[in-house]
Amino acid sequence: MVFEWLNNQLLRMEWLSNLVKLLVENVLGLSIQDRWGGGLHFFIYDVLKIFILLSVLIFLISYVQSYFPPERTKKILGRFNGISGNILGALLGTVTPFCSCSSIPLFIGFTSAGLPIGVTFSFLISSPLVDLASVLLLASIFNWTIAIAYVIVGLILAVIGGTVISKAKLEKYVEPFVFSNKMPEIEPERLTTRERLDLAKDQVRDIVRRVWVYILIGVGIGAAIHNFIPENIISLLLGQDKWYSVLLATFVGVPMYADIFGTLPIAEALVAKGVGLGTALSFMMAVTALSLPSLIMLKKVVKMKLLVIFAGIVTIGILIIGYTFNALGYLLM
Amino acid sequence: MIIKILGSGCKNCVSLAENTKVALEETGVAAEVIKVTDIQDIIAYGVMSTPALVIDEKVVSFGKVLKPKEIVKLLETAR
Repeated sequence: MVFEWLNNQLLRMEWLSNLVKLLVENVLGLSIQDRWGGGLHFFIYDVLKIFILLSVLIFLISYVQSYFPPERTKKILGRFNGISGNILGALLGTVTPFCSCSSIPLFIGFTSAGLPIGVTFSFLISSPLVDLASVLLLASIFNWTIAIAYVIVGLILAVIGGTVISKAKLEKYVEPFVFSNKMPEIEPERLTTRERLDLAKDQVRDIVRRVWVYILIGVGIGAAIHNFIPENIISLLLGQDKWYSVLLATFVGVPMYADIFGTLPIAEALVAKGVGLGTALSFMMAVTALSLPSLIMLKKVVKMKLLVIFAGIVTIGILIIGYTFNALGYLLM
Repeated sequence: MIIKILGSGCKNCVSLAENTKVALEETGVAAEVIKVTDIQDIIAYGVMSTPALVIDEKVVSFGKVLKPKEIVKLLETAR
């Protein structure tokens, strides 16, 4: 009972939904059953909810992450071989601070430290795809079962993707200069609690500054789907019964670059419109795990062939996840 | 004293460079400030998370934008 109340009020923020409803109905005089009123309610409520959750979550997560700078992750990973390396790589990917701008130094750093490239790829797949913030947001927007299922399949994708790349012995498709670097070990400095808190605060500011545009666009699209785009168009393209819905969602999502916080409201609106959970999730995963900017960046350190294999494995994985969730989604809702 | 700021031109690296300038003015330390932007040169210092601050070839901080006050402290220990 207490858990349910906390879940509804703190995570799902029902109080905020009611407050925004009051604002839209009583101050602006629109009914939320109405298209404009409903769209406005979705927009204001989602923007506020995501910004509040984002700030709180990033703060907590950055605090945890301050214990796992990539320099330390590299050292930990160096001690493991084979699939345990891939599993650990995927897990550490969820707690190591990451943005696409740091993927290149990470790639070179991990590789020159002698880590198998498969382990690095496990890390590179899980890092943008699964992090603690996305789990809580998924729990807020959908429910805990879906959030946990998302994490598990995300990690499995990262482990399998990396393992396949390891087994295929693709080291020869890494640009030779990557191996020619000698990288010294450096000790992460010991931080005080005060410094970790400051670091977390800075991180919140940085990330909010970086992603607010994506959130506004994402929620805007979500609101449009929710209230303006006719349902029959959506179900024609992405409906449960359409075999190509997952395929379409994935291929639209792959080249796009956005943050998971921007894609969640779109997934939320799609599911509310009767789109399959698997279709919505594969869209989200495709947007966050792969994007043109991050692939172009990776191109600097790997040859085209490896890049294509990497993108191919991840895309196929997302398709499988999408179809599986669509088939079994009724168990989770 | 030679101070290097490692970072491939992101916003945080610019802030770190500015804070370093403030710290140098405050302490009156004479130092040459060099910006290192090439990824391979950065990696050579063992750094993956930028920006990083290097004083006389020793990495003293990485992965965060130090405040001028913190840089002053590092300058004093290095001197």
